[in-house]
Amino acid sequence: MSEKFVHPYIPNSVPEVQAQMLKSIGARDIEEFFRCIPENLRVKGLLDLPKPFLSEAALRRHVEGILSKNRTSGELLCFLGGGCWNHYVPAVCDEINGRSEFLTAYAGEPYEDHGRFQALFEYESLMAELLDVDVVNVPTYDGSQAAGTALRMAGRITKRDEVLVADTTSPDRLSAIRGYLTPDMKVTLVAHEAGTGLLEAADLASKLSEKTAAVYFENPSYLGFIETRGREISEAAHAKGALCVVYADPSSLGVLTPPSNYGADLTCGDIQPLGIHMFMGGGRGGFIGAPDDVKFIEEYPSRLFGIAPTTHREWGFGDVAWERTSFAKRENAKEFVGTAAALWGITAAVYLALMGPRGMKELGEACMGRTAYAIRKLGEIPGVRVPAIGRSFFKEVPVNFDGTGKTVKEINQALLEKGIFGGHDLSGAFPELGQAALYAFTEVVTQEDIDALAEALAEVIQR
Amino acid sequence: MFRLGLIVNPVAGMGGRVGLKGTDGADCLAKARELGAIPLAPSRAALALRVLLPVKDELCLFTCPGLMGETAAVEAGLPFRAIGLGVGPQTGPEDTKEAARRMAEAGVDLLLFAGGDGTARDITEAVGENVLCLGIPAGVKIHSAVYAATPLHAGEAVLSLVRGRRPSRRLAEVMDIDEEAFRKGEVRSRLFGYLPVPADRRHLQGLKSGSPRSEAALQKAIAADLLEKLKPGALALVGPGTTTRELKRAMGFEGTLLGVDAAKDGKLVAEDCGERELLELIAREPEGNVRIIVTPIGGQGFLFGRGNQQFSPDVLKRVGKENILVAAVPGKLSALAGAPLRVDTGDPRLDRELSGYTKVVTGYHEAVMAKVTA
Amino acid sequence: MGMDMKEKIRDFHQARWDEPVIFELSAPGERGILVPEGGPLIEAAGKKALEELPEGMRRETPPALPEMGQMRVLKHFLRLSQENLGADFNIDIGQGTCTMKYSPKVNDRLAGSPKVADLHPLQDESTLQGALEIMYRTEQLLKSISGLDRFCLHPGGGSQALSGIAAIIRAWVDDHGLRDQKDEIITTIFSHPSNPAVAKLRGFKVITIYPDPVTGRPDFEAFKAAVSDRTAALMITNPEDIGLYNDRIREFTDLVHAHGGICSYDQANANGILGVTRAKEAGFDLCFFNIHKTFSTPHGCGGPGCGVIGAAEHLVPYLPVPLVGFCEESGKYFLDYSVPKTIGKMKDFYGVLPAVVRAYAWIMNLGAEGLLEVARVATLNNNYVFQKILKMKGAGAPPYAEGEHRMEQVRYSFQKLKEETGLGIADVQNRIFDYAGHIWTSHEPFIVPEPFTIEPTESYSRDELDEYLAILERIVEEAYTDPEILRHAPHRSVIHHVDHDYLEDPKRWAITWRMYRKRFDGYFQPKDA
Repeated sequence: MSEKFVHPYIPNSVPEVQAQMLKSIGARDIEEFFRCIPENLRVKGLLDLPKPFLSEAALRRHVEGILSKNRTSGELLCFLGGGCWNHYVPAVCDEINGRSEFLTAYAGEPYEDHGRFQALFEYESLMAELLDVDVVNVPTYDGSQAAGTALRMAGRITKRDEVLVADTTSPDRLSAIRGYLTPDMKVTLVAHEAGTGLLEAADLASKLSEKTAAVYFENPSYLGFIETRGREISEAAHAKGALCVVYADPSSLGVLTPPSNYGADLTCGDIQPLGIHMFMGGGRGGFIGAPDDVKFIEEYPSRLFGIAPTTHREWGFGDVAWERTSFAKRENAKEFVGTAAALWGITAAVYLALMGPRGMKELGEACMGRTAYAIRKLGEIPGVRVPAIGRSFFKEVPVNFDGTGKTVKEINQALLEKGIFGGHDLSGAFPELGQAALYAFTEVVTQEDIDALAEALAEVIQR
Repeated sequence: MFRLGLIVNPVAGMGGRVGLKGTDGADCLAKARELGAIPLAPSRAALALRVLLPVKDELCLFTCPGLMGETAAVEAGLPFRAIGLGVGPQTGPEDTKEAARRMAEAGVDLLLFAGGDGTARDITEAVGENVLCLGIPAGVKIHSAVYAATPLHAGEAVLSLVRGRRPSRRLAEVMDIDEEAFRKGEVRSRLFGYLPVPADRRHLQGLKSGSPRSEAALQKAIAADLLEKLKPGALALVGPGTTTRELKRAMGFEGTLLGVDAAKDGKLVAEDCGERELLELIAREPEGNVRIIVTPIGGQGFLFGRGNQQFSPDVLKRVGKENILVAAVPGKLSALAGAPLRVDTGDPRLDRELSGYTKVVTGYHEAVMAKVTA
Repeated sequence: MGMDMKEKIRDFHQARWDEPVIFELSAPGERGILVPEGGPLIEAAGKKALEELPEGMRRETPPALPEMGQMRVLKHFLRLSQENLGADFNIDIGQGTCTMKYSPKVNDRLAGSPKVADLHPLQDESTLQGALEIMYRTEQLLKSISGLDRFCLHPGGGSQALSGIAAIIRAWVDDHGLRDQKDEIITTIFSHPSNPAVAKLRGFKVITIYPDPVTGRPDFEAFKAAVSDRTAALMITNPEDIGLYNDRIREFTDLVHAHGGICSYDQANANGILGVTRAKEAGFDLCFFNIHKTFSTPHGCGGPGCGVIGAAEHLVPYLPVPLVGFCEESGKYFLDYSVPKTIGKMKDFYGVLPAVVRAYAWIMNLGAEGLLEVARVATLNNNYVFQKILKMKGAGAPPYAEGEHRMEQVRYSFQKLKEETGLGIADVQNRIFDYAGHIWTSHEPFIVPEPFTIEPTESYSRDELDEYLAILERIVEEAYTDPEILRHAPHRSVIHHVDHDYLEDPKRWAITWRMYRKRFDGYFQPKDA
């Protein structure tokens, strides 16, 4: 047999096989296939790359060596949130999304890939129950894209081109929204009330006009507080012919009223809390919920899977596909949809099925309980003001440290030395809140963890 | 039950084998017979019908008597119901038209007809846009877009309809060739009208992305683009076709489907103009203030010289090459399979001048750089 | 030797569980998983907080999710997984343009380890050094592979990467005060349709170039006629979806540069040219790779994927933030927000880390020689299949570049089959499921009639290629001899023919179970009937 190195991933590297294949093709050598590429465009010799780790064992050692420099939220106590949370991921979720059949599939048809069509139809259906809407899409890239897309949909539906966005919106999401809406739609910020954080009614009223396509806010907000005037906001929007778009945290909807119930026309958000690991922010999927109304359904750029009969009375599925007969000049090019986050959609379906109605309610209570307990506990520390803004909270709360004479950065550095990831520093994005940090308390946090945090904070502050 | 109508023009295609171009007109047909031509269309129709054997129990087939349908049904082995129609041994256009009207009255879901351009023209005249139709190609001249590529294609298309596919309609061009000129080797065609045909939607599944735009939406998009290109005060001479009709609608009037209409600032100035009228209109305008808007006509991609001869060499020269806007739905360009667009104005020098590359509007702010040759 | 794959076609039947829709499996009272208890203090605090919520903010009716024991949930989704045919099971060469290659298992293990999965994006950078190092190192590898100067790893897929590229072009044009002058983007009909889509989304007009009917390459004369000072950018794929490398590409890019425009290279699939030719030498200023194609990360039923954007020096200031930097002095990696003209955030946080880890491992396992061998064998495999399909009854390729080899994929046509049998690619597709296969009908626009695209990649052995070809041959034979079997196919798949009309009719479509229950009783019995 040959001496040539044959890589385990490239079976037809075997010289004898290559020779036979070349003969069958009628080519002298493989180089012949590249002859169409002009000489001056060819790579001379080999690419300048590091020496490879050819064996799996050596490769694993190398990569794990690098990764070992990470310190994880499992190893430390994590109170970070801000759009990505350390929720518990049930083992069954990983079991299902690790299956080769799902993991390595792509764009099969509704027959040989019946399983993914059904699983994603079920994802849509389970999410629809959670959001109390009729229609949910196959996941988009992430919550920010879902928000951007929902606002563009609002623009197409209302044929208007300005959106009013709560100024308490996540700064990163706001940046992404602006990106998605450029250059067709204008983003105008609406102020919040200083104490409550709630959307300022007067400012909203003064900015709502016949140009307004949608009013957008997040609930719970980026700053953790619950926007309790959803009904008033949606009514104000509707009175001007605008839509109401709400970005919601799905983990809250076992206990909080779904936005559709207080007038949201489109509900969007991210499914990361539903059984998906944080992956440093890399495990995400966006959802958009809408009513059963052709006017809305036709404006989805995303895929929608539907249920259909077969010739043998089975459950069949497929892409809900309509001939797009509407044409609006400004929106002539809808966002193109490609590979996004289907595997996370299947994962979220598994999660919601495991949790059931009781699980989602208990999850909500667990988050609210821990947060409420933490507010009390942290509030007892001299110099610490909780909440920094807002009245009602779900799983996050902004904590103000102005009275401690220390910056969030200093505090977090000291906490890190004690094995704690303190809350995310808000002082850059929301200077009006002073030295404030956003603390998150999910169901994986215990009372002991919160007590430990309080103790550590007290110590750090006194130092 | 699916109600299928069948009309066969038995004389269609008879000229081809004996070297005649078409059999329109009694003289010509007699000549074909003299040359030993035999009816071929019934067998072509039978080829298509045979595809339907698996669904014969779900089908109610209405045919015309004898060679006009019955023969094909018998040959294919399909049960049928012949409609009452008195036909002599030698059938003609009037029989086709009468048969088509009867089929429409019988409420057929689809009218299948075997023939050529002349047959399509007769059917259009009889039933217009009211009945879903599909042609089985059997004639010598097939310039109309209402025909399936082959009899088997036609059969498969009907089969999928019988098996419950919801028909999606598309208006397809019926071309009418000047027989006299054609037999002299000269092609002089015009757009006669449109028939609704089933659109092939089998590609719709297997989507990796959102839904495709319908032809209607594409035409609206094209209209919006063209409208933007028309400066205020410019005189627009809009040629025939469904794509350009959408522009007329976007301007705010219906206009003619088959003629050249003139408009300015969204108002119809003159309808269905001939060459003389166009020249008069142009003469009234300052130089460079007139735009011609055309879409390729027929399957060969002719911009000028087929179906819009009103745009004569004189008219084109006065307006100027730089003031001609071309538009087409992308499917139309794709159907040319790489062949260039063509011009045949009757003035070879002008044709050469119009040749080269031109931007064809294919959507809103979308264009294809297409080659034009004489 | 086992069965002779060249002779025998597998006697296949896919798993068929007749699995109910999950809502039908609900067993009230059952629990799938428990939420951790908080203890009395926390529970009391939670109860109080909930009671104190303002009117209307407390959910009164629990979501109507099914109630299921854990094993019931597990079994349901495992059965659904068996009713799905991943690339680990079939000979997945029929999904051309998508590069369905082997995704090594070891890379999945690495990507799924807690050292990757349990990282919060807002952790202190000192605790993310391993992840940042992987990102930084991956960027260095991609720089070598493309010749460009900087990469952003954020986009979640190819379309998002292209969308970022269009945003960069927009920002560059506006930044240079050329908004009114440079408003056109040129692309080709065989470049991916996302290219024109994103260009229009950013307010550009699009001009498309068709291929020269003889060479199959984009018509250079048409291109010359299209380029002008209005040209903001060229957005092009090479080799295009038909598998031909445009040998005049440098003339294309030079011409655009001569008119002051930008050249963007859609390298979603670069499998046939890894280590053979690069974006830089071809004259491109921007490019993107799909990590989930060329760099082997699994497709996950349609994501998460990862598209990376590369830029030449002069466009680096426009890349999305943050990039990953390395400080020689401290030896630390950091998130670099100092990108002066950044187009902003594209994706939440920093992109799809597990995909980046996998790609890094894949490249580091193969090295420069290995990457070149990937391209060589992908091309060899493709030409092997190409020659065989050209000889296949009813099949063919568009008459471009006759006698020439192809690169990593070919767009074929069953036009002849359609002409001779009335059956086309849609019918072949319905039947191939019965043989454990998949074949894709290709992107719009359908300028190749009855199209299909085969991309064998480097992963499949000759035996597997032969098996796939034998399947196609068998189906073609059936089309000629027993068309009815195709018309009613599939017969041995998970389910039988789906009535797609329901999916296109607003009165009958049901996108969720609640919509279904609203419209139908039992098995598709309309409510009003």
